[in-house]
Amino acid sequence: MKYIIFLLLFSCLTLIANSQEINNQDLVNKISKNIRCLTCQGQSVYDSQSEFSESIKIIISNKIQEGKSEQDIYDFLVEKYGEWIIFEPKFNKNTFLLWVLPLLLFLVGGFLIFRNFKAVK
Amino acid sequence: MKKNFLILGIVSVIFFFFIIFYLGLDKENTYEPNIVVNKKIETFTAEKLFEDSQVNSDKIFTENKVYLLNIWASWCLPCQKEHEFLMRLKNTHSVDIIGLNYKDKLSNARKFIEELGNPYELSLRDKDGTIAILFGAYGLPETYVIKDKKIIKKYIGPIDNKSIKEIITYTK
Repeated sequence: MKYIIFLLLFSCLTLIANSQEINNQDLVNKISKNIRCLTCQGQSVYDSQSEFSESIKIIISNKIQEGKSEQDIYDFLVEKYGEWIIFEPKFNKNTFLLWVLPLLLFLVGGFLIFRNFKAVK
Repeated sequence: MKKNFLILGIVSVIFFFFIIFYLGLDKENTYEPNIVVNKKIETFTAEKLFEDSQVNSDKIFTENKVYLLNIWASWCLPCQKEHEFLMRLKNTHSVDIIGLNYKDKLSNARKFIEELGNPYELSLRDKDGTIAILFGAYGLPETYVIKDKKIIKKYIGPIDNKSIKEIITYTK
C-alpha cells in the first residue's frame, strides 16, 4: 500500500514538473517570436538559429526560471538593445505616429468615402 | 474649387509618401542597437580560459580603473585581423585588456592565443553567449571601454590604430 502511494505521489510530482517545463518552453517560444534577430534581420529569434538568437533563447529561458515576468524580459532586452529588438513597439513619444497614423488615415478615408457616398445618393 | 482642393490633397499625400520612400532608399537598413553607455555593468561569473576555475566580475572590474573588454572567437575572421592591434595596445601598457572568448572550442581558443600572442590580462569563456548579451553584444568582435564599472565606449567591429589612440585617451 505504501509502495502504491509513493508511486502515485511520484507520478503526480513528475507530471507537475513536466507540465511546468512545457509551460516555460511555451513562454520562451512566445517571447522569442516577438524578438528580432539582430544578426539576421527580418527573422525572429524563434525562427533563427544564429549564434545570437540561440543565446537570446537561453537568456529568456534562464530569466523565466529565475521567476521573471514576460514584461521583465522585454524590459531587459530593450535596455540592452533598444526598442527595435521587439517586433511590436510600445506606444511612446517616439512611436505614437506609427500607431496613430493608420487610425487617422482610416478615419479620414472613411469620412471621405461616407461623404461621397452620401453625395451620390 | 472643391475638386481642385481634393486633387491638391491627393497630390500632397502622394508627394508626402514619395518623399518618405525616396529618403528611405538611401538609408542603411541594417540596424545598430542604441549604444549602451554610462550604464553599470551587470555582475556575472565566468570560467577562465587557461585555468580550470571561475571568477566573479566584481573581482575583475574595480572602481577608479579603466578596462577594455574584448569579445572574440577563434572562428571569427575579423577577430584575427584585430588581434595585432590588441597586441599593439597591450604593448602601450595603458589599459588592462580582458578577453571574453565567445562560443568557441576550448582547444581552438587556446591555440589561437598561443599562435597569435596573448594581449589579455585575463581570458574568460562565454560558452553559451549569455555573458556577451549582458553587455549588449550581438556580433564579433566587440570591444568595450569600462571605467568605474560603467561602459563608457563601445566599438562594434575590429579596433584599429584610430581606436587605439582613442582608447588611450580614456585612460588618462
